[in-house]
Amino acid sequence: MVGVVIVSHSQKVAEGIREMALQMSAPEQKIIAAGGMADGGIGTDAFRVSEAIVSADTGDGVAIMVDLGSAVLSTETAFEFLDEELRSKVQIADAPILEGAISAVVEASLGSNLAAVVATAEGARTLNKC
Amino acid sequence: MSGNLYEVISAVGEMIIGNRQKLTDLDAAIGDGDHGINMARGFEAVKAKLQGMEMESDIGKVLKIVGMTLISSVGGAAGPLYGTAFLRAAAPSQGKTELDTQTIGLMLEAAIAGIKERGKATTGEKTMLDALVPAYEAFQDGANTGKTVTACLELAYEAAQQGVEFTKTIIATKGRASYLGERSRGHQDPGATSSYIMLKALVEYLRR
Ligand SMILES: Nc1ncnc2c1ncn2[C@@H]1O[C@H](COP(=O)(O)OP(=O)(O)O)[C@@H](O)[C@H]1O
Ligand SMILES: [Mg+2]
Repeated sequence: MVGVVIVSHSQKVAEGIREMALQMSAPEQKIIAAGGMADGGIGTDAFRVSEAIVSADTGDGVAIMVDLGSAVLSTETAFEFLDEELRSKVQIADAPILEGAISAVVEASLGSNLAAVVATAEGARTLNKC
Repeated sequence: MSGNLYEVISAVGEMIIGNRQKLTDLDAAIGDGDHGINMARGFEAVKAKLQGMEMESDIGKVLKIVGMTLISSVGGAAGPLYGTAFLRAAAPSQGKTELDTQTIGLMLEAAIAGIKERGKATTGEKTMLDALVPAYEAFQDGANTGKTVTACLELAYEAAQQGVEFTKTIIATKGRASYLGERSRGHQDPGATSSYIMLKALVEYLRR
């Protein structure tokens, strides 16, 4: 099953989104929060992201949901720390972090592949709310 | 360049830490007001990490530690950008205990390529590249005419200063400041300023 990593500047945001996504998930599904800095401060840390990716992978790859700016830069930096095999099956979804994470988790829980999970997450960009 | 490696890094770190407020104020005008806090946190972490390594003379090895530490402690965009820059500069200086103009040129070139790649940015976008790229070009001009390392770094420092001034005249198209569009004009870029400050610290150290 494709894993999902949530990268936010805020630990609380990442964990809160994870909590909401878990409600929609399958029991054995990997959803990992990588929010904030090691000292709890606001920011992103490429090493925390790479560790999260490693623990989210069960062999089918990992879709990564990001918030703003440096979340993308840190995630792409994190890719450099992965072994080549894992690096070939990780992808950032260009999607709103909360809606994207929930869409990704639902798609992954159906057993879809990484490309499908990322595409569904990116589809969340055009979700109408009212 | 000779001189104590640990002292050089410390001089750069202290000058960044001393400019925490200035960098933060610049970022408050066109960003989220954390660049000084981020950079100071990063160089405080570097200071702690190099504790006990005062005698290490392998320049590449030390720059690699600096890069890794900045990546994990800066927090903002500057973390992966400067972190990648130091990691890339570590490759041409691996195993070296002294630097000549040729090696420094290669280090600057590699660092800038790393920032461009990581940030998907180029000059004219109101970023640190607007200080670093002219600084590198001035350094190379000096090196090509046979100037000393110190003289070349002085040229680089002056070019970086002009680059910082240039950032006031353009609008940001990368990073958080790009959300402001036209309203970013008239302000100097915090990242270009921190790059200039690092070069300033290097030059002042070498002049001592
Ligand atoms: N994509 C990019 N490429 C190059 N430099 C960038 C990019 N994004 C931001 N920067 C630089 O980073 C600086 C802001 O750093 P910082 O405040 O630490 O990050 P954040 O924007 O995440 O708060 C900017 O002033 C700019 O020089
Ligand atoms: Mg900032």
